[in-house]
Amino acid sequence: MLILSSLLLFILLAAARDEFQEELVIRPLHSGDIYASFQFRTLWDTDFLQEGQKVSHYRLFPKSLGQVLSKFSVRELHISFTQGFWRTMQWGQPFIPSPPGAELWVWFHDTVSDVDGNWKELTNVLSGIFCASLNFIDLTNTVQPSASFKPLGLGNATDHRFLRYATLPREIVCTENLTPWKKLLPCGSKAGLAVLMKSEKLFHSSFHSQAVHIRPICQDEQCSSKAWELRQTLNVVFDLHTSGQGKKEWSLFKMFSRTLTEACPLASSSKVYVDITDNPELFELSPATPLLGQAVVLGDRRTYSVYDLIMPTSSMVLSPCALGDMLRPLLHAERYVAGFGLQTGEIHTVIYNNHPYRAFPVLLMDSVPWYLQLYIHTLTVTSKSRDNKPSYIHYQPAKDRHRPHLLEMLIQLPPHSMTEVTVQFERALLKWTEYTPDPNHGFYVGSSVVSALVPSMVAMRTNFTQDQPLFSSFVPVKEESSYFVRVYTEPLLVNLPTPDFSMPYNVICLTCTVVAVGYGSFYNLLTRTFQVDEPSPPLSKRLANLIRRMRGVPLLT
Amino acid sequence: MGLLSDPSRRKVLTGLLTRLNTPICGMPVEWLVKAMQSRGLEVFTQSFSRKLPFPDENKERYMVRGTNVYGILRAPRAPRTEALVITAPCSPGNTNNQAVALLLALAQYFRNQIYWAKDIIFLVNEHDLIGTQAWLEGYHHTNITGMEYSPLQGRAGSIQAALSLELSSDVITSLDLVLEGLNGQLPNLDLANLFYAFCQKLGVLCTIQGKLQRNDWDTAEGYTHAAQTMMLMVLKQACGRSWGDHGLFLRYHIEAASVRGINSFRHYKTDATTIGRLLEGMVRKLNNLLERLHQSYFFYLLPSLSRFVSIGYYMPAFGLLAVILLLRALDLWVHLGAPALAAVDGVTEAEQPSSPGVLTVLTPVVISHLTGVALYLLPVHLQEMAVEHFPVSETEAVVLTAIAIYTAGLALPHNTQRLLSGEGTEQGWKVLKLTALLYLAVLLGCTALINFSLGFILAVTLVPITASITPHMPKALYALVMVLLSPAFTILYCVFIYQELIEAPVSVSEGWMLFLSVISQGILDHALYGSLVYPLLALFIYPCWLMFWNILFWN
Repeated sequence: MLILSSLLLFILLAAARDEFQEELVIRPLHSGDIYASFQFRTLWDTDFLQEGQKVSHYRLFPKSLGQVLSKFSVRELHISFTQGFWRTMQWGQPFIPSPPGAELWVWFHDTVSDVDGNWKELTNVLSGIFCASLNFIDLTNTVQPSASFKPLGLGNATDHRFLRYATLPREIVCTENLTPWKKLLPCGSKAGLAVLMKSEKLFHSSFHSQAVHIRPICQDEQCSSKAWELRQTLNVVFDLHTSGQGKKEWSLFKMFSRTLTEACPLASSSKVYVDITDNPELFELSPATPLLGQAVVLGDRRTYSVYDLIMPTSSMVLSPCALGDMLRPLLHAERYVAGFGLQTGEIHTVIYNNHPYRAFPVLLMDSVPWYLQLYIHTLTVTSKSRDNKPSYIHYQPAKDRHRPHLLEMLIQLPPHSMTEVTVQFERALLKWTEYTPDPNHGFYVGSSVVSALVPSMVAMRTNFTQDQPLFSSFVPVKEESSYFVRVYTEPLLVNLPTPDFSMPYNVICLTCTVVAVGYGSFYNLLTRTFQVDEPSPPLSKRLANLIRRMRGVPLLT
Repeated sequence: MGLLSDPSRRKVLTGLLTRLNTPICGMPVEWLVKAMQSRGLEVFTQSFSRKLPFPDENKERYMVRGTNVYGILRAPRAPRTEALVITAPCSPGNTNNQAVALLLALAQYFRNQIYWAKDIIFLVNEHDLIGTQAWLEGYHHTNITGMEYSPLQGRAGSIQAALSLELSSDVITSLDLVLEGLNGQLPNLDLANLFYAFCQKLGVLCTIQGKLQRNDWDTAEGYTHAAQTMMLMVLKQACGRSWGDHGLFLRYHIEAASVRGINSFRHYKTDATTIGRLLEGMVRKLNNLLERLHQSYFFYLLPSLSRFVSIGYYMPAFGLLAVILLLRALDLWVHLGAPALAAVDGVTEAEQPSSPGVLTVLTPVVISHLTGVALYLLPVHLQEMAVEHFPVSETEAVVLTAIAIYTAGLALPHNTQRLLSGEGTEQGWKVLKLTALLYLAVLLGCTALINFSLGFILAVTLVPITASITPHMPKALYALVMVLLSPAFTILYCVFIYQELIEAPVSVSEGWMLFLSVISQGILDHALYGSLVYPLLALFIYPCWLMFWNILFWN
């Protein structure tokens, strides 16, 4: 009895060591669109990587992912599926950026000996878990960035041999990827914020991105013990112009065709934030909330109305918002292919620094498939029509059919400038089996990644608003002086020289027909022996013969 | 297919049309930017300037400065890799306002739809082709023609197809499809089929080369009609210029066509709603494409919109012409080889003429080509000097210089050749003719592969006379025949035939003026858009013809 009760107590204690939080941020964007960002966070202070101890009792943390973590010795895992392109010029910065298509980057534990083997198996397993074509990740599109992707969690591993990064720009994200993603939540889509995720509405939007981030973090301030954090995020941008018939108002019901009633019973916190920083007087929230929160997000101080679902309120939000023109985000990048013809071309990556007086460095990472043969001697970096020498270049040339190009550069962006990185390439002629089934569509080149510590808007402002005491505003606080931003450029679609595939098909068809008809009939004529065929007796005669045979009477002829 | 079916949208379109009917001076850039922004597009502008090599008298422009306005409709959940372009040239005056209005109405309607898979770029370009050229060069970051332009701020990936819209009047009775592009390039035939299919579906009268289709194929009249239509296409393609804004897209491997509204004063009228529905249908079809248009023909001639002549049918005609040259060359080769065999008998005379032969052949070849280079370079570069010394305008100076050099070339080579190496030998002209025949065959063959019509027209005029020419013919008669079949006269005939075919016959003097303007346009097309017909004629065909001219006056 005592043993049983102590066991029960132990289980309860163990169970109490994990927690789940859910959160929804709604932000009206400059362009008049609505940005909804869900975040679900599961914390669990267990250790998947501890040797000899197998974690088998799961409560909130999804078992499928836990098993994957321990089997492949994964230290950190980031996976995102995105349909659409985040329009930085109109929408500003997203909370968590992601490139179009699928992106996967994983830090393995430094005890792993065969990283490539683990990576290959892991991608196949994840492919099954998320119903995505992650199994198309192989060595020809995997790179090991040396500086752009540092671990976000505990541990200061810097040996990039244990890092693998791959993107699939062609991946199409749809409901079959959303359903397994929802199943990882403790409440599924039965209760809590996940009730809102109705796929027909989520995919009736301008942008859809879902992600899973797993990393080890500190349990407490002192970092005495380690906990695992699973963050599931889902970002959607709704186009009010298309759906709203010109009216600039929105509600949860209009966006998701559901409303929020209750929190997920397993959640320790469940909150809805509405960003009312821009034009707070224009907003009209119903029901009104007394709770106001402030946070510095992406270097900008934002004000939020907070709704707590644990305390019961009926949540129906309605507000008009103003239409704005183009934004000028501090850091912005775009990419395109220049030139014409099917022999050569030039990749242009343009990075804008719109800060009026601060220069800052950015890390540019480009991973180009081998069939675009980069001429690295033509690499030029110019800002303000002057040569801008990168302070760090890491270039790994491609190997045909084995490895993509990897180019990483640390570039200093002068204030208020446009920096252009160009490199010429030659289009390879593929073997005929290497073409995709739709070769005339073109071949994708994944987004390039610009990572930077951008000076904060908060630090930029000199006239602080009156709600801040003067003593606090003289020297900007260090944590707020700059923030980390990752910007993804658009993927490229490049046409390669393509043979006329229907021509061999026509030739094969024609030849086969000629051979079949000609040879067949000839062979038939040559080998057949002709003989006079006796006409078979009519049916009545055969029947009569059958009866006669049974009776033993001589047959009719 | 619900475009403008509800009355509110129709009202918007009508409002736009009436507002745009008020004359506008230049292009209303700010108004366009606002109009596009209010329709929910991402709007950008591009300014450009271009100084023409000499004034264009047809369009009255010399220093061109303009602004392109374009708005990008971002497709939902699309990664900015593919785009379609709809363009409407907006020229000073109000010649194409209807097209701009229709473009804006389409933008407004398209913005509210959710089915777009490719971004759609709505481009309003100033100064027609020059604006398009500036925009395309900006978009692809190339500079072929020395245009000055500001870099583009917004892009939408690789452009899959483009449609250019030209509505010249309020009343549209039929739509004309224009396919011929720069250097005789044509868009994929599926684009023409798409247009034809939607015209049939919506009951819009559609034409090609401004000619309606006839149903009586088997009658002589029907056949002549179709042949005339095809002949027009051959002439238009041969001149190598872009017959609409679409023509410049083809260089970038973008399938493009111009849709031109025509008021031919029939009773039958097509309203803007129908044209809008037609364009909506075409754009939606293109939007649904998974691959670039590539399944159908890129080389074809159209006797009508619903029928085509494929490369397999017309190429043999050219091949048979080119074979004449090769057979003739083979014949000469055999003749040249025969005396060498005879020389083995002990007569050493036969060997002697062949050794100075190299120089006798090389001299006319080099001189002819130098004349060609002069014809290519001098007209544009000497215009200032010509204007100073003669009472002519710059354009006239250029054209007349070209004609003068062309004519001077007739006298120059054979005199020089005679001065340099004395009397020509029998062996000499044969070697020269062999070289010239092979040269012409290669030239025509390459031309026909790129621009069939040009190659064919040149072959028809050049092959018979060049194959038969020898120095032993009556000089005066054959000189006259050769001059009448020289490239310049071919252009002149083409001008007259073209005018005859479009049912606007001209008198001899008008024809002459047209001929002069065609030459100036050809030189301008080369300078502005990189058309290759002028350099081809000046640097290769004309020198080649001079070589045969040289043979006629060999001794």
